[in-house]
Amino acid sequence: MNDMARLQKQRLALYGWMLAAPALALMSLFAFYPAIATFWHSLFTRGTTRRPSVFAGFENYQDLFADPTFATVVWNNLIYAGVTIPVSIIFALIMALWANAHIPARSFVRSAYFTPTILPMIAAANLWLFFYTPDLGVIDQITGFFGASPTNWLGQPDTALASVIVVTIWKEAGFFMIFYLAALQTIPPDLREAARIEGAGRWTYTRRVLLPLLMPTTIFVFVNAMINSVKLIDHLFILTKGGPNNASKLILYWIWEMAFAYFDSPHAAAMTILVLLALGLVAVAQFRLVEKRTHYR
Amino acid sequence: MNTAFASHHAKRALPDFDKVLDALGAWVLAIVWISPLLFATWAALQPSGTALGLDFSNPLTFENFTYVWNAVPWIGYFTNTVILVTLILAGQLVLCTLAGFAFARFEFRGRDTIFILVLLQLFILPEVLIVENYAIVSKLGLFDTALGIGLPYMASAFGIFLLRQAFKSVPVELEEAARIEGCSWMGVLWKVYVPAAKPVYLAYALVSIATHWNNFLWPLIVTNSPDTRPLTVGLSLFGAPETGVDISVISAATIMTIAPLLIAFLIFQRQFIQAFLRAGIR
Repeated sequence: MNDMARLQKQRLALYGWMLAAPALALMSLFAFYPAIATFWHSLFTRGTTRRPSVFAGFENYQDLFADPTFATVVWNNLIYAGVTIPVSIIFALIMALWANAHIPARSFVRSAYFTPTILPMIAAANLWLFFYTPDLGVIDQITGFFGASPTNWLGQPDTALASVIVVTIWKEAGFFMIFYLAALQTIPPDLREAARIEGAGRWTYTRRVLLPLLMPTTIFVFVNAMINSVKLIDHLFILTKGGPNNASKLILYWIWEMAFAYFDSPHAAAMTILVLLALGLVAVAQFRLVEKRTHYR
Repeated sequence: MNTAFASHHAKRALPDFDKVLDALGAWVLAIVWISPLLFATWAALQPSGTALGLDFSNPLTFENFTYVWNAVPWIGYFTNTVILVTLILAGQLVLCTLAGFAFARFEFRGRDTIFILVLLQLFILPEVLIVENYAIVSKLGLFDTALGIGLPYMASAFGIFLLRQAFKSVPVELEEAARIEGCSWMGVLWKVYVPAAKPVYLAYALVSIATHWNNFLWPLIVTNSPDTRPLTVGLSLFGAPETGVDISVISAATIMTIAPLLIAFLIFQRQFIQAFLRAGIR
């Protein structure tokens, strides 16, 4: 009897393995193996037909740290993350509050906010070209109306990164709105009534009741926004190509450029490893946070 | 009592000042938010060369659309995208269903550790691993094929996670009933779990379609012919500013690229938003 049960258990375990195997195999092939292979290749020099690649230790990493482009690109990405994350979260929250309020034409408002989410980043960049074109673009036509001189938004170092950031926020905010919207719909309306009876104004209610209740959503959105600040670079291909003079170059674009425009994959691999380390830190932090929350429950 | 009633009544008759402000703010933001789309649509309908003048007196024309249609193998790109998206979705549904079922209902050694590894893949983005994945796809002989673009996305950690959660919430009694009736494990999966997770499947499918319809960087890297290139890559080659193409022509191309998904979104708006909601709550 005991043996039968054990046999049954073993059979089930085998079955479970077999079911998971195809997905795990593919995942190993395209996520785990390449992550390790990237690290391995980042330790070798770039091979040419004349000189085969040799082991170089951490030289590629040292080269990166010595390259002034590295500092520029990392700094750009920090600004990119530092601006897009909080601003799109704030926009998302405001949008959700409005899209949840009883206002006329609410479904129009909701779709208007959400529409950028379903557009390809490449298409979004094309749409915004129309705004940024110097002199003739929509922005310059408007500022020109007030007597300002035309600005080459995408072509000058001071404004290129900001222009890219605006497009990202435009694309992201509506997506994050959805999660806030979902969370808002689970908050009982009695709460607002109770707060009002207690004499809490709208601002107090938002700050003291709503925001704390929305905290789990904010964490979720925050983690997504962090990942996006690494991932969302498609529009650079259309808008600035990282220029002028690296002013709007972001890490992933730089990796692409090193690997596929300059064919320097060892340095691209080293940069990839640094990004993976940063993402790993985010992952660990999130798992910690989630764990804390479940303990609390 | 009387005054209270009166003030309540007055509130009804006169819309709240706050509410008017809310509505105004919401509308202004909504119009600002879709204005890039509106301007591009308008630009696409202008004779090329004049679009940026913001001159509303010009007659509307479809010549940009016909120009783009003839200049680019659009039908080909469109077909490539549809094939790609279908292929990825099919692969994801099969692989994630099986793996999600394994993680939800089977006990095997190392299951929890492996599941954490799967979750970790949410952070190891395929986009970041482009250098090595390009080498792998080339070695497999899949460079410039739909399978080469799609394969890295098929074992989706997100899909596995989502379906595992859905399967876990199915009451075990349902499964036991089916087993008493003589269903095999595959039968149980197909007759009990899959139907129960239908809304999750719908949500996941919509998110997957939207994601891969829009994906750009990876397809750019692993394609180099019009026979496999998806719409986004085609659009980027066509619309790059240095090609000197007129902005109204670029707008027309952009509108043509986004139209299918946009129209689908406008028709199935509610389902779409619901789907994204469901997929996002984890």
